[in-house]
Amino acid sequence: MTATRTTSSRRARPGRAVLATEARLFLREPGSLFWILLFPTLLLVVLGLVPGFDEPSAEFGGVSFVAAYVPVSCLLAAIMAGVTAMPAVISAYRERQVLRRIATTPARAAHVLGAQVALHAAAVLVSVVLVLAVGRLAFGVPLPAALPAWALAYLLALVAVLGIGALVSGTAPSSRAASTVGTVVFFPLMFTAGVWYPVSAMSGLVRDVVAATPTGAAALALDRAQAGELPTLLQVLVVAGWAVVLSVLAVRCFRWQ
Amino acid sequence: MPLIEVRDLRKTYRSAVAVEQVDLDVHDGEIVGVLGPNGAGKTTTVECMAGLTRPDHGTVRVAGHVPWQDRRAVTRVLGVQLQSSGLQAKLTAGEAVAMVAAFHDDPADPGELLERLGLRQVADTRYAHLSGGQQQRLAIATALVGRPRVVLLDELTTGLDPEARRDTWQLVREVRDGGTTVVLVTHLMEEAQQLCDRIAVMAAGRVVAEGTPEQVVARSANSTLMSFTAPADVLPAAALSGLPGVGGVERRGDRLEVVGTDDGVLAVLHALQARGVEPVGLRVSATTLDDAYLDLVRRPDVAPALPRRDAAPTLQESA
Repeated sequence: MTATRTTSSRRARPGRAVLATEARLFLREPGSLFWILLFPTLLLVVLGLVPGFDEPSAEFGGVSFVAAYVPVSCLLAAIMAGVTAMPAVISAYRERQVLRRIATTPARAAHVLGAQVALHAAAVLVSVVLVLAVGRLAFGVPLPAALPAWALAYLLALVAVLGIGALVSGTAPSSRAASTVGTVVFFPLMFTAGVWYPVSAMSGLVRDVVAATPTGAAALALDRAQAGELPTLLQVLVVAGWAVVLSVLAVRCFRWQ
Repeated sequence: MPLIEVRDLRKTYRSAVAVEQVDLDVHDGEIVGVLGPNGAGKTTTVECMAGLTRPDHGTVRVAGHVPWQDRRAVTRVLGVQLQSSGLQAKLTAGEAVAMVAAFHDDPADPGELLERLGLRQVADTRYAHLSGGQQQRLAIATALVGRPRVVLLDELTTGLDPEARRDTWQLVREVRDGGTTVVLVTHLMEEAQQLCDRIAVMAAGRVVAEGTPEQVVARSANSTLMSFTAPADVLPAAALSGLPGVGGVERRGDRLEVVGTDDGVLAVLHALQARGVEPVGLRVSATTLDDAYLDLVRRPDVAPALPRRDAAPTLQESA
């Protein structure tokens, strides 16, 4: 009898129930919420309040320091979510065998992982909108002139960075190891995204190396789209390549515990 | 047809055999105990039933469905409480039961279940802040909320104090009386004797005895313990140790203790009569399930040394 479903009984949607639960839990992580949603905008605001940083500068290709930091802050949101917030949650779920527990119910462990990726991506996108809005309204930074190209480059970068996070989450032997590896990956990603120094202002070998990284290539592509130009094919291919390779690796290498 | 049918199950992790030739039937309405020391293969067997592990050989059917093939159907009829698995740290007890309820088409009422398991007052407490006993009861609640036909309870009372343990036993009886079949994995003999209609004793990856607790005791080589007073000069222990059916003879001062089968008891009595020795203060009693269990799992022919399976990626045997 249990196998048959009568018309009167409701049809359970385990994936949806998992997403609702994980969304509720996500709102209970004040640290994640701060670093993903608020910190990138705060960084922009602090920089914008420094006198002179909103003046156009030849060093940054004729845009102001603040304008150069708009895409950097957007990438920072992805990095915060991908390599610090998400691995902490997923590796803890693996360590405490939450995924196995869920796998014994009609829901699947993949529902939990999918919900985590979706929620972190959603938080990042909210943060991006906030950064763009504050840049535009508070500091007069125009919205990206080639908005579709900007959005495409950004989404590819987001997939790549979440892929790194998923790879770390799924392979670290413990949640402590995941946070260590996350930190090790965190700083190079911030550097190549241009947090310390905008990528477009880098030169020589450093720029060539950075341009080959997912966040470095994304930063260059975002700068071009910001100015109304299409990103170069190479920039798009680098970011897309990383996004594909990292996602596939993350799925292939994932260990349930 | 049995509700759960395990046939010729075999699972190997690298070079280590976790289970081999395991057969097990669980019928509607029973409480069936799976007993055995750590590393005996209990957890692997249970994981195969729950669809978490796919065996190398053999079949498992839960209400007719193969767990690793028809996961959806099996998760509807089988509720699982796994020994070492947890829930999200910041999820409250009430939310956890409601979440699992939402996975099912026709769940039990979460509020009622919390009440029945004594979790009502901690419904708003986060999982990480619950006591060990509360976490265990919550695990049972989430295993039951889908109204399963059969529930798998793995090391249910590990880490509970004696009172909480007895409460949990009562709960298991109530679950069964409510019509749910129970598979109970344990290494506690008292638990098995108190609760189980039938038990399967596992050792070194095989089922070494199966039946009611009484049958398992009777089938062990040393199911009977007899003791009497006979001074050493009248009756040396060696005079009895070779008799058929006698498993062991031990002298404690003037008293002799003999363990063996029922036939062994008769053989001893005949030997005493032949020697004209009167067994003063004779006591004959059945050995406990504890003794029978130790006898079963320690027998060298059924318990060859096996490598520990700590390195196996999908296994976590209880401590």
